[in-house]
Amino acid sequence: MIQIVKRDQPSRVVFFLTPVLAILLTLIAGGLIFYILGFKPFEALKFFFIVPIADMYGFSELLLKATPLCLIAIGLSFCFKSNNWNIGAEGQLTFGAIVSGGVALLFYNQEGFYILPIVIFAGAIGGMLYASIPAILKTYFNTNEILVSLMLVYVSKLILDYLVVGPWSNPEGFNFPETRQFSDSARLPILIEGLRIHAGIFLALAAVAISWFIFYKTYLGFQMKVSGFSLKTAKYAGYKGKKMIILVFLISGACAGLAGVGEITGPIGQLHREISPDYGFTAIIVAFLGRLHPVGIIFASLVVAITYLGAETAQIFMQIPKYTGQVFQGMILFFLLASDYLLFFKFKFVGSKK
Amino acid sequence: MIIDINFVGLILASIMASAVPLILASCGELITERSGVLNLGVEGMMIIGAISGFALMTVTGSLIIAVFGAMLAGVLISTIFAFLTQTLITNHVATGLALTIFGIGISAMIGKNFVGIPGKEFPILFESLKDTIPILSPILFGHSIVFYFAFALPFITNYFLKKTKLGLIVRAVGDSPVSASNQGINVRLVRYMCILYGGAMCGLAGAYLSMIYTPQWIENMTGGRGWIALALVVFSTWNPIKILIGAMIFGGLTIIQFHMQAVGVRIPVQFLTALPYIVTIIVLVVISRDSRKIRLSTPSSLGKSFYKDN
Repeated sequence: MIQIVKRDQPSRVVFFLTPVLAILLTLIAGGLIFYILGFKPFEALKFFFIVPIADMYGFSELLLKATPLCLIAIGLSFCFKSNNWNIGAEGQLTFGAIVSGGVALLFYNQEGFYILPIVIFAGAIGGMLYASIPAILKTYFNTNEILVSLMLVYVSKLILDYLVVGPWSNPEGFNFPETRQFSDSARLPILIEGLRIHAGIFLALAAVAISWFIFYKTYLGFQMKVSGFSLKTAKYAGYKGKKMIILVFLISGACAGLAGVGEITGPIGQLHREISPDYGFTAIIVAFLGRLHPVGIIFASLVVAITYLGAETAQIFMQIPKYTGQVFQGMILFFLLASDYLLFFKFKFVGSKK
Repeated sequence: MIIDINFVGLILASIMASAVPLILASCGELITERSGVLNLGVEGMMIIGAISGFALMTVTGSLIIAVFGAMLAGVLISTIFAFLTQTLITNHVATGLALTIFGIGISAMIGKNFVGIPGKEFPILFESLKDTIPILSPILFGHSIVFYFAFALPFITNYFLKKTKLGLIVRAVGDSPVSASNQGINVRLVRYMCILYGGAMCGLAGAYLSMIYTPQWIENMTGGRGWIALALVVFSTWNPIKILIGAMIFGGLTIIQFHMQAVGVRIPVQFLTALPYIVTIIVLVVISRDSRKIRLSTPSSLGKSFYKDN
């Protein structure tokens, strides 16, 4: 007989193993979905998860997609660790891209080493400004940050739409909804000739290192951890709750803003309507899959980035709808949350009583 | 400017029509939240309802099957949420988000074959009375059955919560699961039921969008209405009657946007489209500022897992 027993303490081994389990379960369920849709499951999975990264180009694309996911997820981990539900990273990314794009457009016909740093800085500021709205409303007006940050996503996309159609549209662009191309000085350098992988990856890696340091080596990291476990305890300990809420939102906004900069000054090179295929939302999954741990997030961003690439490849080669990517992303999170059950409970085999 | 009196009636009627999906989804979510469960998957459940309703209508040709099928689809998808949050005790917020992401993906996947197919005409009631009374006629008559149901739902929900034993049980479970459990109430079962009911209502709301309001399938056609419905529940301070008021305000914002464009008001269209979202934020701020009131009306165990050792 199998009995379900509550663990005395959440298991640490299970904590880092369940993400792997979740990925495996997603693959099985994904194969099943492919089968139901009338595709050969193994072939479909191969096109989804192996073919896209089989060559150097594919690998570069993987890193390209993983970069914004990793960057945003690192930022979100600050919020989620401290029990702040910022789910509007997509909006912060967009607004960061708008601000930095605006700055880049100011310099569209100029060259100079100073341009790129200013553009990157502007993006981080833009993301922080946008993230400060739900943060301030939460701390001083007691407003639910989930709904506010999400509503702002729609608003940011409409602002972007307004700008690229209207005042910022390229005067020589035949009314296409896009801005001028940025000057070369405002573009992140390409790392390998002929591929799209750009220097934005260093921003992501820097974020990983800094966040690791903050989480595990500073008092702030400790405060965040305590607030995440119990807000009451944090209050008794006398932590400045409001200040911390605003701070984690700002960090998270800056990261999302930087991800936006990376996209427009990296592969895109201008502003247009579709600067992000919902990286901001997908990064939520990445943050959880990475267990809110900086190193875990690196791996998680690579795994989830494959679902983007796989969806494209599978669509081209097998006419599998590209939304399968999103379905996989949803499933990963479902399975991850479900397998968390094993953190707190264990199955015990007991001999049947006769 | 001469305002035709019937025109006023027509505008009011169109505001009400656009309020219908919000009322349905909010009333469903209200019951779920009253039992202490925060399901952020409203948007996902609505979009699943929208595609299920439209697909079933196209495939079977039966509107009844389509409407009930959409509700069933809402129930099925919310079962995932219920199983995860109630049986496996997962975090409500994260699970709800997963549900929304999953729902949008699945709906687009199924919907691929239904893009561009024209919808069917949905029968309307009391059509012959449409021109009898000025102003009132367009409001009262000539709508689908779902429309009438939606406007009755807040009152039914209110009655259910305040006057029936089951309603009392739901509120007890939401406000104090431990005491409810000690009274012999199966907290988990009640919450399961409330989640599934919420799923059914969101499914119906989605079906209304794809079958009646704009009879066609467009990817992502819920366009954030699920999130606005969630905001409406906070706005209403968990009181079903106030949902009616809130939904009318948001319906009004949607409709005004069309009319302002038609009249040629020189405001960028994007600003008008953004208005419902901005107003949602403002309304949330105004409502939530009074933290005591919010605390008193929020179901005490909202979003918290309940686990009982047997």
